[in-house]
Amino acid sequence: MRQERFERAHREEWDAFEAMLAPGQSAERLPQTYRRICQHLALARDRCYTAGLVQRLNGLVLAGHQALYGSTLGLGPQWARFLAGGLARRVRALAWPVLLAALLFGLPFAALPPAIARNPQLAYLVEEPQSLARMESMYRPGAGRFGRANQAQTDVAMFGYYIWNNVRITFQTFAGGILLGLGSAFFLLYNGLHGGAVAGHLAHAGLGPQFWPFVATHSALELPALVLAGAAGLHLGWALLAPGRRSRARALLEAAREAMPLVYGAALMDGLAACIEAFWSASALVPAALKLTVAALLWTAMAGYFLLAGRHHV
Amino acid sequence: MIDTLCAVETPEGVELEFSPAGPVPRALAWVVDAGIRCAIYLALASALHGLGRVGLGLTLLVLFLLEWFYPVGFEVLAGGQTPGKKLLGLRVLRADGAPVGWSRSTVRSLLAFADFLPFGFAAGLTAMFLGPRCQRLGDLAAGTLVVHLEPLQAFPPAPAGAETLPPPFPLTLQEQQAIMGFAERAPGLTLERARELADLLEPLTGARGDEGVRRLHAMARALRGLA
Repeated sequence: MRQERFERAHREEWDAFEAMLAPGQSAERLPQTYRRICQHLALARDRCYTAGLVQRLNGLVLAGHQALYGSTLGLGPQWARFLAGGLARRVRALAWPVLLAALLFGLPFAALPPAIARNPQLAYLVEEPQSLARMESMYRPGAGRFGRANQAQTDVAMFGYYIWNNVRITFQTFAGGILLGLGSAFFLLYNGLHGGAVAGHLAHAGLGPQFWPFVATHSALELPALVLAGAAGLHLGWALLAPGRRSRARALLEAAREAMPLVYGAALMDGLAACIEAFWSASALVPAALKLTVAALLWTAMAGYFLLAGRHHV
Repeated sequence: MIDTLCAVETPEGVELEFSPAGPVPRALAWVVDAGIRCAIYLALASALHGLGRVGLGLTLLVLFLLEWFYPVGFEVLAGGQTPGKKLLGLRVLRADGAPVGWSRSTVRSLLAFADFLPFGFAAGLTAMFLGPRCQRLGDLAAGTLVVHLEPLQAFPPAPAGAETLPPPFPLTLQEQQAIMGFAERAPGLTLERARELADLLEPLTGARGDEGVRRLHAMARALRGLA
């Protein structure tokens, strides 16, 4: 068939299809028209019609493809299912990277405080003297955040700061994983070392009674968030190092899809942690014993969620 | 064939073609977006400044959202285009040609941090040069492409004129396509270039110069079926 007859026969349909793609138009006849135009494109290529016609049909098919396959499910129910157990299932499915991330962060964090109790100089290997002095002054009774003026206003400012700073660290810990996992490992170790050094130093300086009630509650969300983000990053890195029987590009793509739920979970936990840290942990009105009790409950709840939630299939 | 076009097969069994965008237009789009982000930030920060420490907290929240979710919002809600990409005629697509959703767009945006390392997007640039489809690390992990957005082509007008001239001997499909393509692109060619191209086909048209061009157009009309 000559191109001219082909164009005359189908032109009306093509123009109608373009009109259908405009927003707000009825999409009832879109799928079958789209499939016919796919066939026209294949015919036009096969019969070597001119580039102008092929490009025009290519454009129509692309626009139709976008309209037909672009629809997304509502986000609401997805999130509800995700929180009800999808996240916990994903974390258990990635148990190895999660365990590795927990060790990379947890070992220095747990090992430094007892070591510093024996040899206080160790803290200065990790932290600057000035920053340790600043930390000390922050937790000194009656000073810093416990006796501050304009409490409510400062709380909001600190909330913004916690979101901006902590979620950024979480995202960076994840993103660094694409560099063969090295970036994630670095951020996990780095934060573990710093956290351990500060905690050890403050405990050694006798400020534990101020420090522990402050950090206990929000750390139940913040520390697991960092570990989950790090685990997601390590999972990416591992896909590049050992892709198995897939191409590296394919392995990376699949690993990212598997790991992203952990990052969403981590960001959410960071957001909650920021709320708690700004409005609960820093509050001078709440007695330390109550803070520690709530902290214990929250830690238990977190462990229970990640171990048990989503075990039955919905 | 050496070109940067990449083809994707749709479930309907046809191939869609895209041309992935290289580093330069993407960098320019990034610069435009960075300017817009700065402007938004400065405007909001000065507006919130009056609120004292509450304003400071809100400013930091805005900064956080701008830093990580500015591209995500535009890519998902505005058809794959941040303002900078729109200006440069670029668009983010899934590698299978469908529009990007929240998840893939977030992956791209978060991994932009890794692409930036160690400085000035060096990692992303390296990845773009190594791969066939100009994907930075974030694109590889998300399965997305940044392509030149071709606006829907207007229908090429049928060649004007009435004269038709059947080719003196049978032509292959590719040869026919070349001649029709010449007629289709003729409005965009200078007369000299059109003559030069037509002269190459002297064995077919039996003429040079303007007469050759005229005969080629007549043949194109005949091949298209304009009798």
